[in-house]
Amino acid sequence: MKTVSLEKRTLPHRLGIGGWAYGGRYGLERYLFILHRIAGLSILLYFILHIFITGQKINGKQAWDAVMGSVGGTWFYIGEYLLFVAVAFHAMNGIRLILSEFGWILGKPKRPIYPYQSANMRIRVFTWIMMILAVIIMAVGGFDFFLMH
Amino acid sequence: MSGTTDSYKTNFTETKDIVFKIFRYEPDVNPKPHFDTFTVPVVKGWTVLDAVMYIKENLDSTVSYRASCRMGICGSCAMEINGKPRLACQTQVISELRSKEVVIKPLANYPVLRDVVPDLTPLIEKHADVRPYILRKDKKVEVNPKGELYQTPDQLEEYLQFSYCIKCGACLAACPVTGADVKFIGPQALTQSYRYSVDTRDDGFKLRLEVMDHSHGVWHCHFAGACSEACPKGVDPAFAIQLFKREITARKFGKEVEPARLARQPADVKRRENIPYAPEKTVKQ
Ligand code: SF4
Ligand code: FES
Repeated sequence: MKTVSLEKRTLPHRLGIGGWAYGGRYGLERYLFILHRIAGLSILLYFILHIFITGQKINGKQAWDAVMGSVGGTWFYIGEYLLFVAVAFHAMNGIRLILSEFGWILGKPKRPIYPYQSANMRIRVFTWIMMILAVIIMAVGGFDFFLMH
Repeated sequence: MSGTTDSYKTNFTETKDIVFKIFRYEPDVNPKPHFDTFTVPVVKGWTVLDAVMYIKENLDSTVSYRASCRMGICGSCAMEINGKPRLACQTQVISELRSKEVVIKPLANYPVLRDVVPDLTPLIEKHADVRPYILRKDKKVEVNPKGELYQTPDQLEEYLQFSYCIKCGACLAACPVTGADVKFIGPQALTQSYRYSVDTRDDGFKLRLEVMDHSHGVWHCHFAGACSEACPKGVDPAFAIQLFKREITARKFGKEVEPARLARQPADVKRRENIPYAPEKTVKQ
C-alpha cells in the first residue's frame, strides 16, 4: 500500500548571526547595528581585561610589574587606539539610538503615500552628522595617540 | 496558456532578454537546493511576477511560486529579488531593477516549502500572539457594541499608517534580530500590537504587554531599520516599534489612558422614511 508522509520537508533558511554581517542590499543603519554590537562587545572585553589586570595589584608589586610588562607592547598600544575608536563610535551612535528609540526625533506617523519615507530616512542627515562627529573624534584621538607621544 | 503572453507581445513588440536565476528546492525530486537559469524576453512594463509566470508557462512548469492578486494587496508574492525582499508583482523588471540578471530567492528567515515559496507559519503565529483586534474590559462592548466608539481624526492618524500591513512577511526576512533569535516577536507583530494598543477604542495595552514587554519583545529591537526599508506598503514597522517603546515607558511612569466611550444613541430623533433597513443578520449573535 502506498503511504503518504504528511511530514513537512522544509529547508531551513534562517540567516542567523551570519545575517548580521550581510542579509541583503540594505542601507546604512543595518550596518551601524552590527558595528554597534561589535564595538559594545569589544568595550566589554576590554573592561573585563582591565579589571583583571589592575586587580593584579593585590598580588604585590612583582605580579603587577609582570602583568604590566606583558601588555606594554606596540600591539597593545594599537589595540588601545582601536578601543578608543570603538568607544567613539559606540557613543555617537548610542546618542542617535537613544534619541530615536524613544521616538523623540522620528516625527509623527504619516499616511503611506508612495514614494514612502521611513522614519529612519527622515533622520538620515542626523545619522550622518553623528557618524562624521565620530570620525572627527577618532581622528583627533589618533593624532594624540600616535603623533603627540 | 501561452496565448496570454503572445497577446502581450503583439501589444508591445519590443522585448529585452533578461536572465532570471531562480532558487530551486524540490524536496521530492532533488532535495539539494540549487539555482536554475532562464532567459526571458521581457516586455516593457512587466513585473518580476509576470516574468516568473512566463517561465512557468513557457519554459519550466515545475517552477513554484506563490501569488494571487497581482496588485500588491494580498501579500503572497514576497520574495528576495536581487538581494532585497520585495513583492514580485510590484517590481518592474526593466525600469526598476535595471540589471541584465535577476536573482530570485525565497524570503530569508522562513523555512522553504518549495522553490521560492516560504512557510509563513512563524509570521502568522506571532501575529495571532499579539491579539490583533480591539480588546475591551467589558466583553459586551468588545463582541457586540451597541453603538460607535468615539475617535477623533487626529487619534486615527496615530495608528492609521501601521494598519496598512498586508502580512507579506518581507520585514521578518530583512530583520537581523529575527534571523538570530527564533523567539523574537518580530517587526510585523510588534507593529500590529502597537497599532491596536494605541487605537483609542482598544483597552488591551496591559494584556498585550505580556507578549511585548520582555527581552524577546520590543526591547530586542535595536533599530536596524531594515524592516522599514523592505516593507512594500510604507508601514514603517521600525518606527512603530520605537513609538511602542516610548509608550510602554510612559505608561510605566504613570501615564493613564481611558479607552473611548461608546457613543450614545440619540434618543428623540425620528428615522427618515426613505432610508432602507439593513438586511437581516445572517449570523446569529
Ligand atoms: S509590515 Fe510591511 S513588510 Fe511587514 S508584513 Fe506588513 S506589509 Fe509586509
Ligand atoms: S500577488 Fe498579491 S501582493 Fe503580489
